[in-house]
Amino acid sequence: MAETQSARERQLTLLDVLARKPEAAAPSKAAPDEGPAGIVEINIMGKRYEVPEGLTIMKAMEYSGYSFVRGCGCRGGFCGACATVYRMPGDYRLKVGLACQTVVEDGMYLTQIPFYPANKAVYDVAETPPTLGSLLVNYPELARCLGCNTCTKVCPQDLQVMEFMAAAMRGDIARVAVMSFDCLMCGLCASRCPAETVQYNISILARRLYGRHIAPPAKHLADRLTELDRGDYVAEVDGLTGAPTAEIKKLYDARDIEEEAD
Amino acid sequence: MGGYSPRMQEAAKVVERTRARRLKEVHARLSPDEKQELLRKFHPDYKPDAQRELAVGSNKGSRMPNELVDVLESQSRIDPAAFDLTQVDREVDVLVIGGGGAGSSAALVAHASGAKVLQVTKLRLGDANTMMAQGGIQAADKANDSPVLHYLDVLGGGGYVNKPDLVKALVLDAPRVIRWLEELGTMFNKYPDGTMETIHGGGTCRMRMHFAQDYTGAEIMRTLRDEVRNQGIEVIEFLPATELLLDSSGACAGALLYNMENQRYMVVRAKAVVLATGGFGRLHVSGFETTNHYGATADGLVMAYRAGAQLIFLDATQFHPTGVAFPEQLVGQLVTEKVRGLGAQLVNAEGEQFVYPLETRDAVSSAIIRECLERGRGFATVTGRQGVWLDSPMIDVIGGKGTVEKQLPAMFRQYGRFDINMAVEPILIYPTLHYQNGGVEINDQGETAVRNLFAAGEVSGGVHGRNRLMGNSLLDILVFGRRAGAAAAARAGGSQPGSLSLAHVDRYNGEIEATGVQGRFRSPILLPQYARKVGSSA
Repeated sequence: MAETQSARERQLTLLDVLARKPEAAAPSKAAPDEGPAGIVEINIMGKRYEVPEGLTIMKAMEYSGYSFVRGCGCRGGFCGACATVYRMPGDYRLKVGLACQTVVEDGMYLTQIPFYPANKAVYDVAETPPTLGSLLVNYPELARCLGCNTCTKVCPQDLQVMEFMAAAMRGDIARVAVMSFDCLMCGLCASRCPAETVQYNISILARRLYGRHIAPPAKHLADRLTELDRGDYVAEVDGLTGAPTAEIKKLYDARDIEEEAD
Repeated sequence: MGGYSPRMQEAAKVVERTRARRLKEVHARLSPDEKQELLRKFHPDYKPDAQRELAVGSNKGSRMPNELVDVLESQSRIDPAAFDLTQVDREVDVLVIGGGGAGSSAALVAHASGAKVLQVTKLRLGDANTMMAQGGIQAADKANDSPVLHYLDVLGGGGYVNKPDLVKALVLDAPRVIRWLEELGTMFNKYPDGTMETIHGGGTCRMRMHFAQDYTGAEIMRTLRDEVRNQGIEVIEFLPATELLLDSSGACAGALLYNMENQRYMVVRAKAVVLATGGFGRLHVSGFETTNHYGATADGLVMAYRAGAQLIFLDATQFHPTGVAFPEQLVGQLVTEKVRGLGAQLVNAEGEQFVYPLETRDAVSSAIIRECLERGRGFATVTGRQGVWLDSPMIDVIGGKGTVEKQLPAMFRQYGRFDINMAVEPILIYPTLHYQNGGVEINDQGETAVRNLFAAGEVSGGVHGRNRLMGNSLLDILVFGRRAGAAAAARAGGSQPGSLSLAHVDRYNGEIEATGVQGRFRSPILLPQYARKVGSSA
């Protein structure tokens, strides 16, 4: 009986966590085919906690009473603040994930890596040609890459990190830029690299060189700046800033909407 | 697919069955009267008990969300008497408070103007809503477009109450900002000849949304962050401001900073201060989930208000129509408007459209709330959350297989982590708290009513009126970040701060006591409290 009650309490706690802001959503009409989840045990830096199944690592840590200062950022998988390393019992392999995007698993041992002391070169993008030489001058350690592929295995964004490092060593800036585009700069690759390269800093250099020197500048943009530099549009806009609301409304309602080309 | 229960799979099939027919259907747009009626009845801002009048300060009597009033009517987290302000720890020309896009562009421009800049931020440099903005950035830079049309779109979207001089600055600076980013090496999506790929956003009359896949804000932020570091600008992280410091004339002259890791305070004297602390999403207005960054706790509003700045349009909160309603782990997170821009329709549980997908955000949000709460045509998840379907598979039907994955890699990956393939299955969404439309009132140089105090980005208000359009926030932070940085540096050249004072905080605390309002917190709160109370405390 005591056990039944405790299971019931666990379910209630779980529902409480899942529906943390009930007033914003509508009344509950949960279907019977989706029963509430159970409880899992996790080990945060070696300490055991029971948390509801289905929580992200971040919410599970908060559920366990942790308040983040470091190790928590956008909470949406964009900023790389919450890089987390974990291991499952009986498995020697280290796994990684973003705490805000990774769901807890029963038995996981985890810790966060909120900061990593990485080498960052200082350069002037405008004066740096998009060449292999530029990458090597700024990051000579690039040449130390062993091709071990640990960076790829550790990337929470599933990027082909070793492949774009190989492209970097060939001076294929465009390929590095495109392949590394989804990098969040969380630092996990650098933390595991036996050659002590900082893949994410090398790749942002490549992306900026690509954006600045390889992608052609937008001509329509340059044309518009020429117009703005000679003062075009200012008088027209000034005409609107002083106009009565009724007139602005009329102009707004009369706008033609650009059709999407197929 | 593994992500949806059998019941959800059944519900998704209803959407699939009507897809072929809907592909040829365009839902009627709302007339101005219909839109007003919809907003009045269903927009969260109009709920009578969601807001109340502020009892203290220069905006006394203004209605604002309860959660914001709570932090504004709280006493300071510091005791002014405990600080010896003659002991100045750092002396700079320009102090930039905030590490997002507005703060970083202000720091870069102030630095380029020759000012000695210190940039401080509560979390890491780049930990900001800028990093999370997916959809794009507006600028009228194509031949069929003009800053004049951009101006009209901004006014119409904002309810015609925007501050005209700010909108003028926004639309005329926009192409320059894009050019600045291009020169910094930002990787915009371009055609092979360099022409920018551009699409519509809600409320735009021209396709002027520039983007970098659906990592637009991240791409801009990491570029600016890299440049701040290349320029050698001094940045101190995990060091939020807790109060502004004024001189005897009432002008801003620095800030009191708080090292969150060792709980020590630092007194910084500055000739000008740029406040770029972002918005209030993490106050969870009306109990809504939010798309916002962990640090979006209205700190700047609180500090500036105590120092005497004016607040504007804070009764208008932006709820983004498409926040994740399932899976539970992602609830509240943003599903970019670009999904609708690429052709996905909003569909109820019966498989029918109920609103034109690119109405302004306030209207679409209201329509979704109406569909779920009044008409009962939403779908309820296992935890009781209501939502409607965003028919993302339409994108691949329209644009060809692989379009979702190519155009929306961040979204595709996030859903993929939970075994939902949004290129094949529709996704369930519900409005989520997204943006603080109003803020600290500024002029077109970014200066507030407090001399030498500048503000830029989401903390400021006026440019978007009562409702911001997609793609104008990334633009706003850069236009006004740059303007504030330049103006602050220019001001620093000619001013000499006097002795530092926290008397305004004493006065404000006194006013709170006199009015008898019981503040719920000590503010600024700096971080939301999400840790569950576990066990008993001493």
